[in-house]
Amino acid sequence: MKKLLTLSIALVATGILMAQTGKSLPSVKLKDLSGKTIDISTFENDGKPIIISFWATWCKPCKAELNAIAEEYEDWQDETGVTLIAVSIDDARSTGRVEPYVNGQGWEYEILLDPNGDFKRAMGVNNVPHTFLVDGNGKIVWQHNNYATGDEEELYKKVQAL
Amino acid sequence: MKATKLLSISFCLFLSTNSFSQDKDLGTIIGNFQTISQYYNEDTLINAILPDHKMGMNSFANINYTRGNFNAGVRYESYLNPIEGYPTSFRGSGLGYRYVNWKNKDLDVTVGNFYEQYGSGLILRAYEERNLGIDNALDGVKIKYTPYKGIYLKAFTGKQRYIFNDGLTNGNGLIRGFDGEINLNELLDSTFNESKLRVTIGGSFVSKFNIDNKTPDFILPKNVGSYGGRIGLRYGKFRFSGEYIIKENDPYPDSQDDRFNYVYKNGEGIILNLGYSTKGFAIDLSAKHNDNMLSRSTNVTVGPTDLLIGYVPTLAKQHTYSLASTLYPYATNARGEVAFQADVIYRIPKKTKLGGKYGTVISLNYATAFAPKREYLNDMTTSRKGYKTTPFAMSDSIFFQDFNVEIKRKFNKKLKASINYFNFVFDDRAILVAKHHELIFAQIFVLDVTQKFNKKNSIRYEAQHLSTQQDQGNWAFGQIEYTYGSHWSFAILDQYNYGNRDEVLQLHYLLGNIGYVTGPHRFSFQYGRQRAGIFCVGGVCRAVPASNGLTFTVTSSF
Repeated sequence: MKKLLTLSIALVATGILMAQTGKSLPSVKLKDLSGKTIDISTFENDGKPIIISFWATWCKPCKAELNAIAEEYEDWQDETGVTLIAVSIDDARSTGRVEPYVNGQGWEYEILLDPNGDFKRAMGVNNVPHTFLVDGNGKIVWQHNNYATGDEEELYKKVQAL
Repeated sequence: MKATKLLSISFCLFLSTNSFSQDKDLGTIIGNFQTISQYYNEDTLINAILPDHKMGMNSFANINYTRGNFNAGVRYESYLNPIEGYPTSFRGSGLGYRYVNWKNKDLDVTVGNFYEQYGSGLILRAYEERNLGIDNALDGVKIKYTPYKGIYLKAFTGKQRYIFNDGLTNGNGLIRGFDGEINLNELLDSTFNESKLRVTIGGSFVSKFNIDNKTPDFILPKNVGSYGGRIGLRYGKFRFSGEYIIKENDPYPDSQDDRFNYVYKNGEGIILNLGYSTKGFAIDLSAKHNDNMLSRSTNVTVGPTDLLIGYVPTLAKQHTYSLASTLYPYATNARGEVAFQADVIYRIPKKTKLGGKYGTVISLNYATAFAPKREYLNDMTTSRKGYKTTPFAMSDSIFFQDFNVEIKRKFNKKLKASINYFNFVFDDRAILVAKHHELIFAQIFVLDVTQKFNKKNSIRYEAQHLSTQQDQGNWAFGQIEYTYGSHWSFAILDQYNYGNRDEVLQLHYLLGNIGYVTGPHRFSFQYGRQRAGIFCVGGVCRAVPASNGLTFTVTSSF
């Protein structure tokens, strides 16, 4: 009887624990700069964290944030294996400017295009810059709106904590 | 007996918690919230009115629920009353958007509201720009299907969001569309996957059906079709894209110019883009010809941003500095234009004498737009085709020209700066938004310096100057922004129209701003005098009147 009780408690607890997980990335299909379609929910980084940063070529603080991270990015990758996906919300007016800007700055990020805001909407983003941290299991564990000088250090602390 | 009962109850509990979590969890809720409230003061000098209701508030919240392959969402909107400068057709509170969606790897079905874009948007773009009051969401059914790797098919039928009056009100017109795209590299992946050449081709067809027509003088087509194709090519560091769309005759009232009023001419749109880019250097060239491409799901006069089906992008950089972005911004001329743009970005390498320790980035941009060359047919009493144009044939009547340079440099870990120069030629008649109908020549200089004192404190200084002999004359702008930690920011800015020919209007526009950010939540207070400006997104602009008062904004994501 006692055994059964323990077993029952264990069963219920496992069930509840299994239900207690974070938010997963929504399934949205986006194109990269080469025109290839990628479903963001299947994006993998070998169990390492992923940073998703929404930006636009016309957004000054977005560019300031991504340029600040770019200087540290090599170290971040070496130390934690993190990958940054920079999702441009530029529409047809300025999508042509995304690749020149990325190359002009020498960014090493994965670049995805969200010209009609489908992914932006699915992620509940109001305005850019908006940055998400996704853990190795594909769960959103942290998010931040806006950028102030030095915010990249806080982001990196969160990455290291994973 | 008791024991088996206990076990079965707990097993049921396990199953139920587990079945709730069958797709990883109980489902995911993602959403956001925004409210902008303004309390107005009267300020007769700048024509800022005090509306009877004294304050305005625009709010909305989006809630999206996802579980496995299923997702659904709503947006609750509230305009009590709409803030000044926002479309007055947005009134009251209610649901402005609701949808249900099911998707797997290949199939994606939406019923209810949805947004959509075909190609560059010339033929179809249903989108939202909440801060400008643009929302032409479709309401109907949308299907996306991938029958084979590399082949993407999309189709929909729906009506467009028109006004908001305690809820969503759609226009009368019906829109139907189909789009197909083939990515050759994905389709032929065994032979073509690693190729340096990447090829995408696509084609669209969009048709509208509408019976809105207030004129007894003309018989208008009830169904109007638009169609066209596009291609995207890449070879190594080179990239080319092109799109060509034809819109069949769709006479629309033009109260400003009789030569364009109810013209039965087909519309035509071409966008071409050629680029080369490598680390540290990029060049990008664009050309556009659009003639009679305005398409709405109605044939009666509505507000400028209402019921738009297509989107004609403006070939000009969207500037961010206040004097460069909101006084003389260009927007596509809906009747027609020929436009060109060139961008060059060069990074002077790091650790060189000229480039400095971190490198220096130079960006050049040139954009111009002209009226197309039109051969008028003088047939307004007979066939009403109006005029003839040839792709990229332009007249010598300039709408707009913008040459601008930015040089950006980081000097050390604590100091970075940029300088910008802008040279504008702007024909006020082209976009019909400002007060003085004349050709305006303006030059703008901007200096932007960010100084970081330590981990917690940084200051940004911004100085701008605009000089012009026309319109409101010279402007000076200064801003200081102090950031404390990653939460607080304090800014004060002044815009001074010292060059106004009317001495009474040589005014200061002083504004103070306090912001607090924590995670995905942002709060800000702004108090002071706001200059009138023109805010544009893509080819669409909205003139926002001057105001004086307090603005409180909250944005939040969850």
